[in-house]
Amino acid sequence: MSATATAEITPDLVAEHGLSVEEYQRICAILEREPNITELGVFSVMWSEHCSYKSSRVWLKDFPTTGPQVICGPGENAGVVDIGDGQAVIFKMESHNHPSYIEPYQGAATGVGGIMRDVFTMGARPIALMNALRFGDPSHEKTRHLVSGVVSGIGGYGNCVGVPTVGGEVNFDPSYNGNILVNAMCVGLADTDNIFYAVAESADKPVIYVGSKTGRDGIHGATMASAEFAEDSEEKRPTVQVGDPFTEKLLIEACLELMAEDAIIGIQDMGAAGLTSSSVEMAGKSGVGIELNLDHVPCREDAMTAYEMLLSESQERMLMVLRPGHEDAARAIFEKWGLDFAVIGKTTDTGRLVVTHQGRIEADIPVLPVSSEAPLYNRPWSETPAPPEIAPEDVDMPMSAGEALVKLMGSPDLCSRRWVWEQYDHMVMADTVARPGGDAAVVRVHGTDKGIAITTDVTPRYVDADPAEGGKQAVAEAWRNLTATGALPLAITDCLNFGSPERPEIMGQFVGAVKGMSEACLVLAFPVVSGNVSFYNETNGKGILPTPAVGGVGLLDDATKRASIDLKPGDDTLVLIGPERGHLGQSLFLREMHERSEGAPPPVDLDGEKAAGDLIRALIAEGITSTVHDCSDGGLYVAVAEMALAGGRGADILAGDTGLPTHAVLFGEDQGRYVIACSQTNAEAVLTRAAEAAIPARMAGTVGGGALTNDGKDPISLKELSAVHAGWLPGYMDGV
Amino acid sequence: MKAHVIVFPGSNCDRDVAVSLGEAMGRPPEMLWHGETEIPETDLIVLPGGFSYGDYLRCGAIAAKSPIMRDVVKKAEAGTRVLGICNGFQVLTEAGLLPGVLMQNASLKYICRDVMIRVERTDTAFAGKYGNGGVLRIPIAHHEGNYNADDDTLDRLEGDGRVAFRYCTADGDPSAEANPNGSARNIAGIYNEAGTVLGLMPHPERLADPELGGTDGSPMFTSLVEALQ
Repeated sequence: MSATATAEITPDLVAEHGLSVEEYQRICAILEREPNITELGVFSVMWSEHCSYKSSRVWLKDFPTTGPQVICGPGENAGVVDIGDGQAVIFKMESHNHPSYIEPYQGAATGVGGIMRDVFTMGARPIALMNALRFGDPSHEKTRHLVSGVVSGIGGYGNCVGVPTVGGEVNFDPSYNGNILVNAMCVGLADTDNIFYAVAESADKPVIYVGSKTGRDGIHGATMASAEFAEDSEEKRPTVQVGDPFTEKLLIEACLELMAEDAIIGIQDMGAAGLTSSSVEMAGKSGVGIELNLDHVPCREDAMTAYEMLLSESQERMLMVLRPGHEDAARAIFEKWGLDFAVIGKTTDTGRLVVTHQGRIEADIPVLPVSSEAPLYNRPWSETPAPPEIAPEDVDMPMSAGEALVKLMGSPDLCSRRWVWEQYDHMVMADTVARPGGDAAVVRVHGTDKGIAITTDVTPRYVDADPAEGGKQAVAEAWRNLTATGALPLAITDCLNFGSPERPEIMGQFVGAVKGMSEACLVLAFPVVSGNVSFYNETNGKGILPTPAVGGVGLLDDATKRASIDLKPGDDTLVLIGPERGHLGQSLFLREMHERSEGAPPPVDLDGEKAAGDLIRALIAEGITSTVHDCSDGGLYVAVAEMALAGGRGADILAGDTGLPTHAVLFGEDQGRYVIACSQTNAEAVLTRAAEAAIPARMAGTVGGGALTNDGKDPISLKELSAVHAGWLPGYMDGV
Repeated sequence: MKAHVIVFPGSNCDRDVAVSLGEAMGRPPEMLWHGETEIPETDLIVLPGGFSYGDYLRCGAIAAKSPIMRDVVKKAEAGTRVLGICNGFQVLTEAGLLPGVLMQNASLKYICRDVMIRVERTDTAFAGKYGNGGVLRIPIAHHEGNYNADDDTLDRLEGDGRVAFRYCTADGDPSAEANPNGSARNIAGIYNEAGTVLGLMPHPERLADPELGGTDGSPMFTSLVEALQ
């Protein structure tokens, strides 16, 4: 799609730009004439699903987005949440799915780079990275290559910039065979009185370009992200950008240095749709116009056209509007860091985006219709049929509980992720007090005892079976994982990965998930402050499992009093907090033992969730326990096994007198539950406290020895369990 | 004691080492931009970890040519203590202050994890507080930490007692299994001939705080403070 301003606008060209006939007519009405090719390109990216949220906005407005802790909710580069003492955390999660499938290393690397820019553009120093990764069937011919490339790409970028990648999640499912998911999250730390927004303020302010030079890479990335894949998707490699983490590091330092002075009015990173979206969004938010002279844009290739410069997605670039008179001081900072700095235009009072190149006007568009009057679709949707309930009694136990545990702990979805996170520098900045492998990572607020807990969660098979319950569960599990460290959950970001919104059943999944998430956010006082929607995750008409990934952030007032999952020397008793119904529908037990992905997912009782979580947090704060693990995939036995492996201490699990089949007690995935370990005396106190709060709780076993047993029998040595648990992923990646 | 931490554009462990060293000193060390040409009077120069110039080609090669390095080399030759951690070790080998090279890890992967290292020598300013030696748990975080040199150089390092630390098991056995990156003779760090310049791949500054899970790195910094008072 190389283009000149004189190219004729044909229906084919309009379609190639991903615009419908109606959308094209609307463009002509806005301009009161036909657009030229450059203008068509601008509308095409700004009205792409990726940039405009045209199919999702109507539903996203239902998310709870406010709370006393929220400083800035959705709509900016990232969400801003107060953590007291004049400081805020700024965070967001974003997808980079299609590029990562086409070119896994660079796709994943630039996903990390992009999300970091969203955070530091607001004045925050990035302090932690997380991710949520979904790959296809391990036996699929591409999976190994994709895992290898994505993991090294994420590491390659974050390690070089020097921001710790403190955890994340990895799952495998055949629905991702042709469309993996790479969702990257960044958390930054800022002073509440020095937060920057994507605004332009008023007319006659200089517009500045900083960072890397512009090349032809990534043109139409946003459009690619807004279409489904077909057989030819790998031919789209040139639309994938190439990352330069060293330049990102310089850009962070230079921006933060300039931000310490009172020079910046507004700043926005050039992400999807590059120069176009950054300039249009900043002007649009302030109701001003903007004039850009592309002759001043630093280019790394010759003879770039206006179309190419406006649509390039070259990485590590930012656009700023400066206070007049501060240009020289700003230039000196960027030159010190060896970065390009160019005044490329100014704000105006015309309300129009006017782009000139080599003396010619290449685009002249009213800003507001492009930025905020993008098409809005209320797409038809059909409700996902309710799945059948599966009674615990209707699921057989094909082997001993110990054998089942070994099988689950060595399965692709439950095995150790050490192979992954050892390729991430998770300790740089020397504040990672809870490393990967627990319920949530905890990084210290530098120079204080406060801690920020971070987690990413979603259980796609639950969402697929029942989008609303699955949406609730994703939010509840993030809340629970933060709680399990002792942190008070503050807010979430999300990354809503779905198939094509043009199919009513997919739109139905989306609507259901958003409703369920909203309900959970409301009850748990856990608002959405930023996020991203990624539709069209399908190949040849087959969609992925609906995957609304949730990134949760919480606060520990004193991180020295945090809890972790490892059984510790003083722990001698296990207590299970939360309800026991032996729910096996959609469980990993049902899938791994019976090859059945069936039934309704476990229901989420949000009031019970909240009560149990509040109790757990109180127990940790009072020092009654410092060993807590949430009970999720694989149920009680897997939770205790993970605690045992982390602490190197065995345990005997009491299946109890619940009236349920033992395997349903051990492997059921009932929600709203935690396992804690403490002294016998404290355990009795815990039961009393739980009873007072009407929260189900019971003694769940004892700690000690070198093996796991249930009701004193069926021993599995930690050595055997550890080998199976640690072995699957490295063995798989080595092709064993 | 006066200490200076050199900051290259892509250094990213400069703050971490400044915190650990500062803790031992009772005040923060000075940070010095790589573009400077002269280091003020100092007792210790630290080259921190990171990716000094992006290190897309040979790690530390460009940093070794940056303006400040002429004075680092001059002062090192005059006996000023120099500590290079991770990327700093790579820079020291590129600058010719230490022999050998750091190649890609044998696994060809970046590795970030705690490893055990054996203290091979305690009669230097860097290791005096390690008493009778012993085994330390210290993290590594690198893609190019596979130390190598020709056999003559390795023999000379061994013969002169210039091996500072060796990767080992928890019992102190420098076995092949305990070698995380393929380094020749399990070498994790080396001294120059005078024992005044130390380069090592493990990051002592990352385990010098009980809240981070260990303090085996702290004695390196307290050793320096005691020796250079």
